[in-house]
Amino acid sequence: MSTHIGQRLPKLDAADKASGRATYGHDVRLPGMLHGAILYSAHAHARILRVDTARAERLPGVKAVLTAADNPPTHFGYGKDQTPFKTVARSLRDEIAAVAAVDLDTARHALSLIEVEYAPLPPVFSVAAALAPAAPLIHPAHGSNLFQTYHYEHGDPARGEAESDLILESTYRLPYVNHACMETSVVVAHYQQGGRLTLWSTTQIPFLLQRDLAEALGIPGSHIRVIQTAIGGAFGRGLDIYPFEPIAALLSMRAGKPVRVAFSRREEFLAGPARQPAEVSLRAGARLDGRLTFREVSAALDIGPYVSWGSVTPLVMMETTASLYKVPHVRFRADCIYTNNLVTGAMRGYGNPQSTFFVETMMDQLAEALGLDPVEFRLINANEPNSATPQGLVITSCGMKECLQAVAATADRGADRPGEQTTVEPIHGRLDPAAGAHKRGIGFAATLNVGGGARIYRSDGCGATVKVDDFGHVTLITGSTEIGQGSETVLAQIVAETLGVHPQDVSVINADTDLKPWDVGVHASRTTFIAGNAARLAALEARRQIFETAAEMLGVAPDCLIASEGHIRAADAPDLPPRLSAPTSALPLARVVRQRHFRQGGQIVVGEGWYDPPTQMVDKDTYKGNISAAYGFGAQMAEVEVDTETGQVRVLRLACANDVGRAINPMAVEGQIEGGAQMGLGYALSEELIVANGQALNPDFHHYRLFTAADMPPIETIIVETDDPGGPFGAKGVGEMGGTPTAAAIANAIYDAIGIRLTELPMTPERVLAAILHRDLESA
Amino acid sequence: MKKAITLTVNGDRRELYVATHHSLLDVIRNELGLMGTHRGCDTGNCGACTIQVDGLAMNACLLLAVDYDGSDILTIEGVAQEGALHPVQRALVEKGGIQCGFCTPGMVMNALALLADDPHPTEADIRARLSGNLCRCTGYAKIVEAVGSVQ
Repeated sequence: MSTHIGQRLPKLDAADKASGRATYGHDVRLPGMLHGAILYSAHAHARILRVDTARAERLPGVKAVLTAADNPPTHFGYGKDQTPFKTVARSLRDEIAAVAAVDLDTARHALSLIEVEYAPLPPVFSVAAALAPAAPLIHPAHGSNLFQTYHYEHGDPARGEAESDLILESTYRLPYVNHACMETSVVVAHYQQGGRLTLWSTTQIPFLLQRDLAEALGIPGSHIRVIQTAIGGAFGRGLDIYPFEPIAALLSMRAGKPVRVAFSRREEFLAGPARQPAEVSLRAGARLDGRLTFREVSAALDIGPYVSWGSVTPLVMMETTASLYKVPHVRFRADCIYTNNLVTGAMRGYGNPQSTFFVETMMDQLAEALGLDPVEFRLINANEPNSATPQGLVITSCGMKECLQAVAATADRGADRPGEQTTVEPIHGRLDPAAGAHKRGIGFAATLNVGGGARIYRSDGCGATVKVDDFGHVTLITGSTEIGQGSETVLAQIVAETLGVHPQDVSVINADTDLKPWDVGVHASRTTFIAGNAARLAALEARRQIFETAAEMLGVAPDCLIASEGHIRAADAPDLPPRLSAPTSALPLARVVRQRHFRQGGQIVVGEGWYDPPTQMVDKDTYKGNISAAYGFGAQMAEVEVDTETGQVRVLRLACANDVGRAINPMAVEGQIEGGAQMGLGYALSEELIVANGQALNPDFHHYRLFTAADMPPIETIIVETDDPGGPFGAKGVGEMGGTPTAAAIANAIYDAIGIRLTELPMTPERVLAAILHRDLESA
Repeated sequence: MKKAITLTVNGDRRELYVATHHSLLDVIRNELGLMGTHRGCDTGNCGACTIQVDGLAMNACLLLAVDYDGSDILTIEGVAQEGALHPVQRALVEKGGIQCGFCTPGMVMNALALLADDPHPTEADIRARLSGNLCRCTGYAKIVEAVGSVQ
């Protein structure tokens, strides 16, 4: 009997956030704190000949000025290709100097007094230019602008082609996108002489940041403490080390004071990590009976001047290509290419919104060419429970078909499409009520995402400690990180359920590397599954200790005890509220804890848990392996209206079904899906950081358009529960799936409405109108 | 250059000596230490810094502090009375309208102004009025539901 699992429990920190009491990174103020500011390069590619800081240093109020001369002798970052300050600028983001001063006005004034002499180098602003013969090399030591190529193959694609009754191909262009966290990047660094560096940070990876910073600064990781503040959005932005972090630390070391570095919104767009743009070509085939035969993808990703964790996004693009639906033969290739464009990084979905867009629009094309209903075609090829994909993914629970059927059931499929099978000739805009300039259509897309961790690092583990005090109050100390998604609440529900207490009697400590056990970070929709399992193991150990003592007190065996309503009692005791049952049959939790504690040889109740899922890193040559202990599935149905005179696309409705194993907190699950949909809608229709000559041209919220409350369509969320065998109480991750299939569903709906396949995101009115005009010109 | 101004902030009279180029947001956060008013963009696009000035919801980042000498300011810290959340705040908590929460104070301030103007707004009214407050976490559904439930 579960009492706290499946409850719509409000977030434990929501009242503090609603009343302005939460302390975010931007709110940290320490005695004597200085304000840091960074001078960026004026050229996208240039050698730095001279940096003159003399005037800046003389400005009253300036306490430290640093340049590349102050770099530690190490390189840092995923590709070990960065230093805090640069001697060669490889993008307009590149850090040339930094100042710490008594206030931000003084720090910014000081930046304007720094003189930099550049020797411009020929820049590279596209992947084609980067790969051209005799292209200028961005990292000469690497020998090529091609950082890395991912090759993946299963089956025999040539045989797949031969067995195809139908082969289609298309190319796609995907844009730069910004996380647009409402709180911009920020850090406060405090280096105490001879002692330790403390960082107040909004990172998603506190323990990897310790290691990365140690490397960047040349100090031991044991000297670094990361304290996480309330985090005003993350979405992958906090999944890496960025130069401003070691720069803040170096400024603090030099000035002997705490130093705060906080990005302006403009800086966030220019210097923050964007989602990599990509050019993709895809060929795919199927048999007349509707079974897929092969898929072949070739992608070129512009990763910018340095390599981040985000450059491993091809691993996820590869997973979608190889394993979304049953495809017997697959070839995938992705090139990660250095350019002098924007710095890029990881972003929610990590390659999946991109790959789901091209895979799922192609699925629609194939269905149409085969004369099959788009949902029926997907059901024929859908992933299934208790199966393994050729890539090696071991799928345990799988509600993909249920998700597709659930969203299909919500669709207004038009009077001429009553059954499962459609007419071979689609009637575009058939849902159009007035046959005017506004055409309506519906579209579908499904998604597959890791839902039980993702082993992209040597450990995918999380630690947890559960202690119960003498008053029966429970504290969970978890390695995991709260970024707004509600992990602290879900983990409290898991611990409360295990110990038979109310979630509000559980405090969660999750924000300090000095206190909490290790966790790889909050990413890959992993926290409910991984941190949830760790918290459950810790709570089970605490419960074992409690039951041990309670068994002595009640004179029964520990294994016949249960914990509920803050009491411990024998399972076969009358099922009555504790006050009505016999006094010895139900013991208050606090009494048991005190009995265990205050006696000769007494002990306190502390349970430890560590969960590292039984998964593998992908093989470094074949990229095969089961990287997650469970997989999440979802499907979306979009209904759109296209104004054929303006190109404006209005989404009328979005239905989102997700297999989450089990919803520990359905309100939080809906929040992830609805919020993911907001990002997916932006990716589909409005969000693009426009870059020319290495410069972002729209680095503000007026020109980079997020969906507002007024823009959002009604979103219907459908939770499909499949009770995953490995998840805590059957749960799987959901954090990324809300937005992964959205762009594909909308593109498919646009096609249904106007008969035009859009292959470039976002599908802005300009692009839609141009496609309509082009089509009309061709047919004229 | 600096100038002396007087503001009434959440009912308290505050005499301040402020730089003439600093916004009300700068003053609220850096001089008064009221950190619930958030800086999201500094260009009036995100609404995270929404406060009420003489009863009107405004973006504090767009207002030069010296222009508001003598004004009556309400920030998020002044909304909960005697520790009890305002019904709008309580609805946002209970309906799941808060995730990272960075936009929440601005949402609350704008929603209060909306409900003062119109105690019975339609969903479309709520969506239109809150369209100046960006949220990256929730997709707005539960925020709109929460504000709509306070009637």
